[in-house]
Order: sequence, then structure tokens, then C-alpha cells
Amino acid sequence: MPATLAQKLIARAAGRGAVTPGEIVTCKVDLAMIHDSSGPRRLKPMLERLGAKLWDPSKVVLITDHYVPAYDEESRKIIRITRDWVRETGIDNFHDEQGICHVVLPERGHLRPGMFAVGGDSHSPTGGAFAAYMFGIGATEMLGVLVTGEIWLKVPHTIAMEFDGAFAPGVSAKDAMLFLIGRFGLDGGQYQAVEYRGAAIRALPMQERMTLCNMAAELGAQTGLIASDGVTQAFLQSKNLETWDSDDGASLLAHHRFHGDELAPQVAAPHSPANTRPVTDFKEVKPQLAYIGACTGAKLEDLRMAARVLKGRKSAIRLLVAPASLRDQNAAKNEGTLQILLEAGAELLPNGCGICAGYGEHLLPENMVAISSTARNFRGRMGAASSQVYLASPYTVAASAAAGRICDPRELLQ
Amino acid sequence: MRAWVLGDNVDTDAIAPGRYMKRGIAEIAPHCLEALVPEFARGVQPGDVVVGGRNFGAGSSREQAPAALKHLGVAALVAESFAGLFYRNALNLGLPAVVCTEARRVHDGDVVRVDPEAGRIYIENRNQTLECEPIPAHLMQMVRDGGLLAHLEKRLGRSR
Repeated sequence: MPATLAQKLIARAAGRGAVTPGEIVTCKVDLAMIHDSSGPRRLKPMLERLGAKLWDPSKVVLITDHYVPAYDEESRKIIRITRDWVRETGIDNFHDEQGICHVVLPERGHLRPGMFAVGGDSHSPTGGAFAAYMFGIGATEMLGVLVTGEIWLKVPHTIAMEFDGAFAPGVSAKDAMLFLIGRFGLDGGQYQAVEYRGAAIRALPMQERMTLCNMAAELGAQTGLIASDGVTQAFLQSKNLETWDSDDGASLLAHHRFHGDELAPQVAAPHSPANTRPVTDFKEVKPQLAYIGACTGAKLEDLRMAARVLKGRKSAIRLLVAPASLRDQNAAKNEGTLQILLEAGAELLPNGCGICAGYGEHLLPENMVAISSTARNFRGRMGAASSQVYLASPYTVAASAAAGRICDPRELLQ
Repeated sequence: MRAWVLGDNVDTDAIAPGRYMKRGIAEIAPHCLEALVPEFARGVQPGDVVVGGRNFGAGSSREQAPAALKHLGVAALVAESFAGLFYRNALNLGLPAVVCTEARRVHDGDVVRVDPEAGRIYIENRNQTLECEPIPAHLMQMVRDGGLLAHLEKRLGRSR
């Protein structure tokens, strides 16, 4: 029987020849990623209550990103607990203040095609861009994984999202995701696996593919997946990786086909990522703040997009840039991308989740209107309940910063 | 007990706002749903039931969302559908989450009783019964034990 990529990955982890959508299976976990917020401060007391130890510290990756830099006593305490726990448990894979977990995990080579992985964060489907089955779980469920090395799963159906052709200049993975979420809703993924396919997807660099899988969360899928290929191998700097892909003829729950060339930049209005319309519908909106941040919207590729628009221009409004990882920030610095952003007037913020997740010192004040390259604009998420957040691609955020109103980046890229 | 009826796509930022996440559950719970139903945290009574529309619990993996509802005494959640991650979290904390395609027939303020094992909601003030999906058997034992932690405690204790 032809199988989907999701079925193949789950069958391997379940030690089975094949699995069927809808059946409940128990999978062995190859990698468990945790961060400072849902991690040690929650896990340590529960492990102690059970008197249990980690099933395999070599398969655990811990990354601090939510409460760094620690700006108050409560944050310092959480980070202290995290660092102490690393010493107590002997975890070697600890990345402290290096950036956001979903970006740091693959950049440090922890992910491989074929893996079955869980993360203590809802944007964990990001790992699916590497043809690994990866999904988010809560702290108590993570405890179960850390103690047993296993997790149950209802084998998902696969929804294929295919984009043929190529995205136009100024159009990005973020636009594709806002379009899909607007079209199918926050529960369009039905907690199944969404698989991205087609020539327009194949042509995307790795970090753009990560954006697609990252926002499978906002589409309500359990994970987002992309078959591995030469782009995956090049990013992981590893040849001879197994290729993981769906079989031709594998049964799908739905197969949606779109023309990549026809996709326009998209903007999601407050207060839902599903409130999406083409950018040209928002020309009257004048944001006071532009934010380029988060795992969704401040990777090296995202910073490059913003720089393509802002080269030789000044931001007309306050522009905050929080690169998603220290390594990406350094790469942006070395290639000149960061300089372009700083010359445009960008203020550089630390490498962490920051404003996107409602953490840190720069939360949006009352009535602030912002345009942001992040993933969620739920009421009050990024600050005051009266603040209003428009979601867009790094291209569109940068163009809007330059114009002082929401602006189609294609106008500035010509 | 009283039903608190909410709409579609109630998100985890509304249930447990991020800016309080560094604190313990006792300090997060008073802010539960404050952006949607300001009187909720003060008014909810032990045994009450929260009823959502589609995709209840959309957003974050933060377990503090179902934990805040449980801390306030909510006995069960009912919705047309739940966000998958939230659904797992609720059951892992021992908070029954019941999928009911007819959830919209519950009105705010109704007196309801939920039987998660049978998959039924009794609307007592109107003498109606709604049929729902029972919680799957492989999860109900864990819910009965009081959640995954208590369930593991029992399992590991037995094997020692």
C-alpha cells in the first residue's frame, strides 16, 4: 500500500511495517526538545514526585528562549532553575541564550529526516520541514516522554497543500501560510498532518520551508511536513541522508492545489491569523510600530527579505528587529544584512521569543497599532488588550515601516 | 452546574495570558478569560462547565490554559471541537474535554451535568440530553486517575 510521509515516519517510530490513519499507536521518541518556560521549572518537581530519571539524556535538547535575557527576579529564577537542572541531569545538548528553540534545533544539527520528535512548544511542527515527524506537547505530556521515551498518537490523515509554479518576488512562505489559514481557518488542519508540495515549495530555501511548517500550528494541524531533498541535505551539511517522501498514490484526506505565481502578499488583521486579505486591502492602515521577530519571522532568510526592501531607505515608524538566533544574527552581520536594517533605523532586540509570546520588556502599550512578522495576533497576546496587531511577511512589514502605512512590498522592490 | 458559553476559536492567550506565565497557577487563574469574559474568574464556581464552539483552546502548548480552568474549579469542558494540543493537555491534567457537535444547544447560564464516559450532557433546567463523543477508552483511565502524572505514579509505583 502506498503510504504518506506521515504514515512512514510514524510506522518507523512505532516499530511497525505500516500504520493506518485513525489507529492509535505508541511511538518511540528520537528527540525531545524543551525550553525554559515549559521545561525544568515544570518538569523537575514532577520528576521528583515520581522519583523517576530521564529515559535518555542524550535524546533531550534544552534551549532557553522565553525568559532570556532575564530582566526581572522571576525570570532570573526560572533561568537559574533551568541551568541547575542541566547540571543535575547531565544533559549535554543545552543551548543557553542562543536563540529561539525551533531555529536553534536544526541550526545545531539535532534534526534529521526520518526522526520522530516532540517539542514542549506549539510551534514544534517547524521540525517537519526536515521530513521529521515533530509536534508540540504540554509540560505534563513531556514528563511522560522524558520518563518513558514514548508517546501515543492517533495516526493522522494527510492534507496536501500544493503550490505549483513559483512565488513572485516579494511573496514568501509567510504569505502562503496567511493565505491558507485565511482560506481554511484556524482549525483547517483538523489536527492532521499537512504536507506542502509542488514546484513553488521545492524552490524555497530551508528557512522558508520552516516558516510553512511553523505555521501549521495556526492552521490547526498536528504537524506540517515537507519531503527531504537536496535543499535539506545542503542545510544540514550532510550528504547521504535518507530521502523521505510520500509515495505516489498514497491516500489523502484532501489535496488542495494553488498557483504559486498568483499568490499576492497577505495581511491578517486583528485579532486572528485567519482574518487574512491581500495587502492592497489595508492601504489605509497606519501602524505605529513594525516588528520583525520570532521563530516565524526573524530567521536569516526573514532578515534578508526585510533588508531587500529597506536597502537605502529609512523606516518612517519605530522598527524593532529581534533576530531569531544568535547565529543568524551573526550571519546577517557578516553579510551586511544587519547593517542595512540598522541604517534604516532598526532597534536591535535580544534573540528570544520576546514580544511575540508576551514576554520581556517591550510589550505593546494601550492602543498601539503594529505590523508584525510573527505568527499570532490574538487579542492581548503581544501586550495590552487594546493593542492591534497586523500579521504579514518580513517583506511587507519592512515595506510598511518604510511607507508609514501598510504597503505592498512589490511597489518598493521594483 | 452553571454553563459558561463561549464562541469559536477561544485561544490560549485568552485562557492564560502570556504576561502572567512566569507566575504560578494561583496567580495566572484570576486572569483566565479576562479579555473575553471579565467576570469569569470571579464568578465561576466549582463544578461549573465551560462550553466552547469550534477549535476551543487554539494556540499555545501552554498547559497553564487547562490548568487555570481546573484551578478555578471547572469540572468539564465541552466544545464542538478542540484544538488538538489543548485537548491532550486537558486530559493529561485530568480535566475532561468532551467533543459535542450539538454544543451550541447549551445556553449561557444553563444548569448542566457532563458524563464524559458515557458521552452525554444533561441540560437539567430544560430537561434535554445531548449525545457527545465519549472520551476514548485509552485516555479515560488516565482521566479517572486524575491525569497523566497521577497515572504514571500509579504505573511506576506498581512496577517497582
